[in-house]
Amino acid sequence: MSTQIPKQTEKADETAAETETDAPSKGDERRAEKRRRADERRRQREAEEAERAAADENTVELRVFRYDPDVEGKQEPRFDTFHVPFTKGMTVLDALMYARDSYDSSLTFRHSCRQAVCGSDAMFVNGGQKLACKTQIDELEEPIRVEPLPHAEVTKDLVVDMEHFYDQMEAVEPYFQTNEYPDGELEEQRQTRENREKIKMSTRCIWCSACMSSCNIAAGDNEYLGPAAINKAYRFAMDEREGEDVKQKRLEIIEQEHGVWRCQTQFSCTEVCPKDIPLTEHIQELKREAVKNNLKFW
Amino acid sequence: MSQSYNRGLIEDFSRWREFEAGMWAWIFHKFTGWVLIGYLFTHIAVLSTAIPASGAETAVLQAGNDVYTQTIVSLEGLLLVRVLEVGLLAVAVFHMLNGARLLLVDLGVGLESQDKSFYASLILTGAITVASVPTFIAGAF
Ligand code: HEM
Ligand code: SF4
Ligand code: FES
Repeated sequence: MSTQIPKQTEKADETAAETETDAPSKGDERRAEKRRRADERRRQREAEEAERAAADENTVELRVFRYDPDVEGKQEPRFDTFHVPFTKGMTVLDALMYARDSYDSSLTFRHSCRQAVCGSDAMFVNGGQKLACKTQIDELEEPIRVEPLPHAEVTKDLVVDMEHFYDQMEAVEPYFQTNEYPDGELEEQRQTRENREKIKMSTRCIWCSACMSSCNIAAGDNEYLGPAAINKAYRFAMDEREGEDVKQKRLEIIEQEHGVWRCQTQFSCTEVCPKDIPLTEHIQELKREAVKNNLKFW
Repeated sequence: MSQSYNRGLIEDFSRWREFEAGMWAWIFHKFTGWVLIGYLFTHIAVLSTAIPASGAETAVLQAGNDVYTQTIVSLEGLLLVRVLEVGLLAVAVFHMLNGARLLLVDLGVGLESQDKSFYASLILTGAITVASVPTFIAGAF
């Protein structure tokens, strides 16, 4: 469980100090010998522990991506191995929290709700974008590789910069707008059951960015709105209460150069979305909406 | 921003391994599309040998001594060309079948089974390719 900066430099100093003292007393020698033995015993114990942990079927092996630009010895990205005792129902997030709390408090990752609601812990687990709190350990092959989301700047360990993702979400004006109000001043803006059903799945987004990270097109085109933002646009464009005017404005955003037409129907976003939103379906429907809006043969 | 963070070769490799059906379909479609364009140009080059041949004497044509016939005969005599033709058929069949799948996807038909239709395209392509082998390889040895 070596999570610390390698200690070679320290050891080199020690030997240098030893040779410098010209006449070590018997007591010093004995103490040095004692220290050496204690060191050796500790190292042996650690090795045994690691071995036992590895042999024990009830532990899981995690290989976690580590990187910290602020600490000199950690600027080179590397993987740390953690052996975490397995408990029934354990998620990747649980395992990471155990590793952080028991082995290395510097292990950094975002989490909050632990129940797939807040969207803060999307990560790259065994080569796929997963919500760590929604991913069961026993469904994964070991060793479990945990990395930060691809195609995003890594801030530290498993934390990536989400700013660009939020910018794209904001670009589609993700809030209800309308200029068609019901008659009475205090009247509610009612939605038909059918319309609610239509946008139901699209309202589930928790802004985790898993889809954006999985998208090959978004990786190559920084201006592409991305699946989550387009889904958000769908959520409002398909909401009948917004009215025709607002829908026109929404379609203009959707059909811009870096909007829906960038999608190549690779289905990567739909595969990874932890809320099972049919993203590709929504993007395709908006493409057809955009075509219908612009093609007039009569 | 969204540029990929360089975490070394190992990670790139693991990403490569983890593609899902839709992504493979996209890669194969791109690849086969460009192979077909490449073939189109060689096809034009080979066919254009018919232009000088059209000026040849009738006797030469009947004897099969014109440039066009010579070119085709010598090309078809090469085992490599026969094998490449099987490959071309595979590429074309996959592009057509997956192209039909993509048209359905554009129409919003059967999006839930897009992965199955991709596998079906692959299997059908394989079957048609295998069935074509006797025709293409006949007399090559
Ligand atoms: C029945 C025949 C064909 C069908 C149904 C078909 C269908 C398609 C479809 C639907 C696409 C769009 C893919 C997308 O949405 O991303 C496409 C792309 C393409 N096709 Fe075809 N195609 C056919 C024949 C051909 C032929 C004969 C050629 C070459 C001469 C060709 C070359 C290409 C190329 C280069 C692309 C673009 C690939 C890319 O860069 O994404 N296709 N095809
Ligand atoms: S659409 Fe799904 S994958 Fe994308 S941000 Fe929303 S919840 Fe996450
Ligand atoms: S911790 Fe909130 S979504 Fe995972």
